[in-house]
Amino acid sequence: MKVFKKKGTAYVALFTALVFLFGVFASGCGGGDTQTADEDSIKVGVNFELSGEVATYGTSCKNGIMLAFEEVNEQGGVLGKKIEALVQDNKSQNREARNIAERLISDGVVAILGPAVTGAVQSEEPVATAAKVPILAPAATAPEVTFDEKTNKVKDFVFRVCIIDPDQSQVMANYIYDELGLKNGAIMVDKNNDYSVGLGETFKEFFTAKGGKIVAEEGFISTDTAFKPQLTSIAAKKPDFIYVPAYYNQVGLIVKQARELGIDLPFMGADGWDSPKLVELAGAENLNKCYFTNHYSVEDPSERIQNFIKAYEEKYNATPDAFAALGYDTAYLLVEAIKQAGEADSVKIQQALENIEGFEGVTGKLSYDEKHNPIKEISIIEVVDGKQKLIKKMQPDK
Amino acid sequence: MTDLLQQLLNGLSQGSIYALIAVGYTMIYGIIQLINFAHGDVIMVGAYVALGCALMGLGFIPSLAVAMLTCAILGVIIERVAYRRVRPVSRLAALTSAIGVSLFLEYTMMYFLGADIRTFPAGFFPERTYSLWGITINNKDLLVLGTTLVLVIILQYIIYRTRTGKAMRAVSFDGQAAQLMGVNVNSTVAITFFIGSAMAAAAGLLYGIYFNTVQPLMGLMPGLKAFIAAVLGGIGSVPGAMLGGILLGMTESLVAGFGGSMYRDAVAFIILILVLLIRPTGLLGKGVQEKV
Repeated sequence: MKVFKKKGTAYVALFTALVFLFGVFASGCGGGDTQTADEDSIKVGVNFELSGEVATYGTSCKNGIMLAFEEVNEQGGVLGKKIEALVQDNKSQNREARNIAERLISDGVVAILGPAVTGAVQSEEPVATAAKVPILAPAATAPEVTFDEKTNKVKDFVFRVCIIDPDQSQVMANYIYDELGLKNGAIMVDKNNDYSVGLGETFKEFFTAKGGKIVAEEGFISTDTAFKPQLTSIAAKKPDFIYVPAYYNQVGLIVKQARELGIDLPFMGADGWDSPKLVELAGAENLNKCYFTNHYSVEDPSERIQNFIKAYEEKYNATPDAFAALGYDTAYLLVEAIKQAGEADSVKIQQALENIEGFEGVTGKLSYDEKHNPIKEISIIEVVDGKQKLIKKMQPDK
Repeated sequence: MTDLLQQLLNGLSQGSIYALIAVGYTMIYGIIQLINFAHGDVIMVGAYVALGCALMGLGFIPSLAVAMLTCAILGVIIERVAYRRVRPVSRLAALTSAIGVSLFLEYTMMYFLGADIRTFPAGFFPERTYSLWGITINNKDLLVLGTTLVLVIILQYIIYRTRTGKAMRAVSFDGQAAQLMGVNVNSTVAITFFIGSAMAAAAGLLYGIYFNTVQPLMGLMPGLKAFIAAVLGGIGSVPGAMLGGILLGMTESLVAGFGGSMYRDAVAFIILILVLLIRPTGLLGKGVQEKV
């Protein structure tokens, strides 16, 4: 190698080569889009997974939130003040979510919206509670996010906008047993993921309580990419369906690999499935005969939902998934709470949130029960040729 | 019985991916006794380049060619920048430098392209599934296995039947003596990296297609597993890497398929420890003198 005569040349060449390489792609990650600062504004922290493993959840939530704040600010803001969103990317890392919460609180936010997933919300919760700043979690579905079962205490400063996991698994169990008439199930969960493990456990309870049977249970870990061994052993037990309450990045591969093995069973799941990436990963035809529970459906004809979808499509040139809808509702819920509090003070906002009654969002009507869990309807979605089709809306039995 | 066969087949195809990566690993080790921890990340870069080509509308073969060439050049640059000056100092220095390169590639990729999972466009590689006596096999499995076999044969040919290969073997026995005999050590090492990295790119594309996943950390775990496969087969031995990869894949598949999916990775690393304790030269390794 006599191409590089000087040491410096080699580095320059390396740099050029890398730049050239990256030039092939359009850069997908933008920086934080903080809205213009204003002396007389209300600062709101927006802490989401904008990159990393579950980036599509966080990005959708953030997009929904920013759309809502833009609409509010166009109409003159709230209490005569504009809302200033401080957007931060926690890179899908729980520790980073906590660091960001600390930073946002020291920047003087009145509330923190996000993060999207359960683990990250739990990680930032102690920081926010200590500072008495309410967290509004759009999509954290695990019961323990708002309620500590060990101490039997509600986490006062955490509110969620989504339904909780046991409700999702119960509705799915009812639907599978009563409507589809399938009695023998298999469960496959991500053992590293509390959300997935929790849904698997509660699903098993509800399904067996109804008289169904779980014939196989398998697990995997978040970093796995090869699922054929587990799928082969599940198929040998001859279940009627496979319940995979996991995130889209794994579900996509699992469904694809199952179809490659000739396993033609229906797959069922929960809101973690809702991502445009799911169809990309699995392939549209592989996802036929797959169902999941979700917070809303773009197919819902109600005017509120259709207006939101139109506005979202105009701004982002994409169909809003459930996370976008939840984000949108989260932002409006905060605005409503600030209005009712009469002042942008975090403790007063917390009180206003506790007393919210019948808040109308695109993901349904919302009131809180004593554990800060919304009481809402759940949509059952079927994937048909890569498109989501709303089958029906069901209320969990209480 | 069908289940067992299917599990072995699952393991065979997973194993051939490990083997494909391990072959490049072991070749570089064979020549310069460097555990090239950046190998897994060259795979990742290869997958991204191929994906870029695919998105620009290139077909499978042209994408493969572009990816292999880009990575071959990248491999030579990595060797020139990060290894050449530290190689004579100590093996540990080169190893540390390799880890540095690995992290550099991962996080530069993440910075520019984000950590999102990307997928190959539908139809880039038309998939087919064949069924026989209740056992299913996919054309991707056959492609990976076939490519690995072909690469092993080509590598064996290059190493044992060409002038370059003779130079490689000479360098691997004794770099200084080889130099005295008129072998250009630096260019021989550069050629080794050129070939090894081109293979990594091929592995990257196949891995990307096989799991339909391209992301900045995709090379990390397969890289480690390939390292285990290479050690298992006898590091430095090309057929050994292939054997090690397939054995590892099958073991993992059986472990995961019969209830131990949580321990799949643990079993792989236990195998590594056992091999190092019981037979440090691996299954097909022939002692310290005859690497490659």
